[in-house]
Amino acid sequence: MTSYLIKGARILGGEPTDFVIEEGVIRLAGVDTGAGARSSTSGDLETVDATGLIALPGLVDLHTHLREPGREDAETVLTGTQAAAMGGFTAVHAMANTEPVADTAGVVEQVWRLGREGGYCDVYPVGAVTVGLAGERLAELGAMADSAARVRVFSDDGHCVDDAVLMRRALEYVKAFDGVVAQHAQEPRLTEGAQMNEGELSGRLGLAGWPAVAEEAVIARDCLLAAHVGSRLHVCHVSTAGSVEIIRQAKASGWNVTAEVCPHHLLLTDELATSYDPIYKVNPPLRTAADTEALRAALADGTIDIVATDHAPHPLEDKDCEWAAAAFGMLGLETALSVVQETMVDPGLLTWAEVAERMSYAPARIGRVSDHGQPLEDGAPANVVLYDPSVRRVVDAAESVSLSRNTPYAGMELPGRVVATFLRGKPTVLDGKLA
Amino acid sequence: MKKHLLSAADLTREDAELVLATADEMRSLADRPIKKLPALRGRTVVNLFFEDSTRTRISFEAAAKRLSADVINFSAKGSSLSKGESLKDTALTLEAMGCDAVVCRHGASGAPHRLANSGWVRASVVNAGDGTHEHPTQALLDAFTMWRHLGPRNGGTLDGLRIAIVGDVLHSRVARSNALLLHTLGAEVTLIAPPTLLPVGIHSWPVETSYDLDAVLPKADAVMMLRVQRERMNGGFFPTAREYSRRYGLDGRRMATLQDHTIVMHPGPMVRGMEITADVADSARSVIVEQVTNGVAVRMAVLYLLLGGSEPAVGTTDGADA
Repeated sequence: MTSYLIKGARILGGEPTDFVIEEGVIRLAGVDTGAGARSSTSGDLETVDATGLIALPGLVDLHTHLREPGREDAETVLTGTQAAAMGGFTAVHAMANTEPVADTAGVVEQVWRLGREGGYCDVYPVGAVTVGLAGERLAELGAMADSAARVRVFSDDGHCVDDAVLMRRALEYVKAFDGVVAQHAQEPRLTEGAQMNEGELSGRLGLAGWPAVAEEAVIARDCLLAAHVGSRLHVCHVSTAGSVEIIRQAKASGWNVTAEVCPHHLLLTDELATSYDPIYKVNPPLRTAADTEALRAALADGTIDIVATDHAPHPLEDKDCEWAAAAFGMLGLETALSVVQETMVDPGLLTWAEVAERMSYAPARIGRVSDHGQPLEDGAPANVVLYDPSVRRVVDAAESVSLSRNTPYAGMELPGRVVATFLRGKPTVLDGKLA
Repeated sequence: MKKHLLSAADLTREDAELVLATADEMRSLADRPIKKLPALRGRTVVNLFFEDSTRTRISFEAAAKRLSADVINFSAKGSSLSKGESLKDTALTLEAMGCDAVVCRHGASGAPHRLANSGWVRASVVNAGDGTHEHPTQALLDAFTMWRHLGPRNGGTLDGLRIAIVGDVLHSRVARSNALLLHTLGAEVTLIAPPTLLPVGIHSWPVETSYDLDAVLPKADAVMMLRVQRERMNGGFFPTAREYSRRYGLDGRRMATLQDHTIVMHPGPMVRGMEITADVADSARSVIVEQVTNGVAVRMAVLYLLLGGSEPAVGTTDGADA
């Protein structure tokens, strides 16, 4: 196995440091960085000039749609994990809304195995809360937890577990194996036919509104339920200022609630819907500038724990049509770190160390993933991303390694570029290309 | 004018007044024995209707034919659309056949906007009603009708006239386009509806709103009643049809509170006995039938102006000597 001498990388944005990646772990102490440096083992030693690059722990995404099984025309586990690697991720949680739904041990093990075989990024399947995502009865959560995939995160994402009794039972039941229920908070009756954020613009554009209250009401209820039964709740893709306030109160009360925000909700607003281009159609919808401000502040102060991509690939025909006919969702894995730099790091809201917390340590903790989300210390698993924050690039959808092209950032200039990603010491990306 | 007519907001005051003046010329044709002009000879207008709408389609068809354009009617029923063909493929097909203007009616808000801006067709696109978004030619024909009736006693403009638009504003593309266009033309618009049928964010529209029809009627110069679909009751927007009629319907008693010159309008199709009673619809104040006549003239003007008519469309005597 080749070893790597990383020269001059700024770990978490700190002082330039040399370190070695060998045998799947990081060696910081006693590194011989001289001209005749040799791997301490028998393999080759390759030098990576990381001058000016930031070294971060491999990113962990708690919310990815890999589409396999069932929609291999949109994405496969292989192409989705390649996109993840290109974005600096070493672990992703694959959502359950596949065909068939990931509601049995068999399906989650299949997805988990496909991730292992690809080798680009570890895949942690998310199990469905209810059979077929139908919201009627609990899926075999225990069987999925006990399977080879060791599922700890359960979600009906795409659908809300809106039945209060079912949600209560799910929250209670997963305590037996330290699981967490990740809720897609959307009151279904308030969002029938909903197309975009309800507000001034939806009225003007004649697109049915998705009101903030439909998200906030469910989050408030779920926080109260989680407190009542003493369980863990994770809130998916928080999109409104009001949701932030509810979560802030829940945390202040000491309740075990965590929350995520998507990159697109940090950067993009509902104004984009005026183009009627469904590339901007996503669920929950893009909100107002005031909401993006509140979300940034909440991510900065820790009210929102993590960034999760909600990477949602769709084939061209599902977006190349009228707004109402189009699918919800947008790509996110390959651009997440750039969007976080643009919205959080460059404006001074987060340090790189805090980015590591919100995009690696914390999502690994919430997902109970022990092999990822660890500090870049001597002897730690070599899950590492090297990132160049100094460049700017215009996003070109055609360059994506995802099977799909539905990035809302096409044509936009964003900062930064992932130069290299290492998964347990093996490069998945080198020189900005898949290794 | 812009190349496309997608929203009433696309029209400046100058544009809108040009349409009204051109429509006035077009309307004078109605008094001639031969109601046809050669202005668009050799041009092709496609009526692309994804939603049933007999009245709007035949209005556009009559308008195009009176300008000597070739007209192709393409409707969802009996075409490949019912077999699941996409908007894009339909557009590419039309483009391949060659057409100069596409008049598009679609159930999805923004579909004409997509047609115009996605590079699928080169033709001018006219929005003939999209979802719950807009219906700009309806607003133009409404403004034209108001201008003909109320303009002469108001210095030839709509400036300062009070227009009441009553009914299901939330789902009405007619209300949206009228609010924008009438504001552009200087009128003062009040939208009257139960609170459940006014959209969130309406405070940002250039209009007044009211829940009280009786308070608004005595000051109005024109009253436009919008159709209320009985299906809306299923969504719980109001308790019963009878309660709606009592609070927001225009009947003889309410009509009696109007000023002498006030006109009553309706974009059709009417639900007699729901938002408007038969005696009001058939009264001397009602200009509802004339709106239909004016619709043809306004759509002639729009097609003529969009397809590059820079010369006057109508000669001073007749086409041959002009």
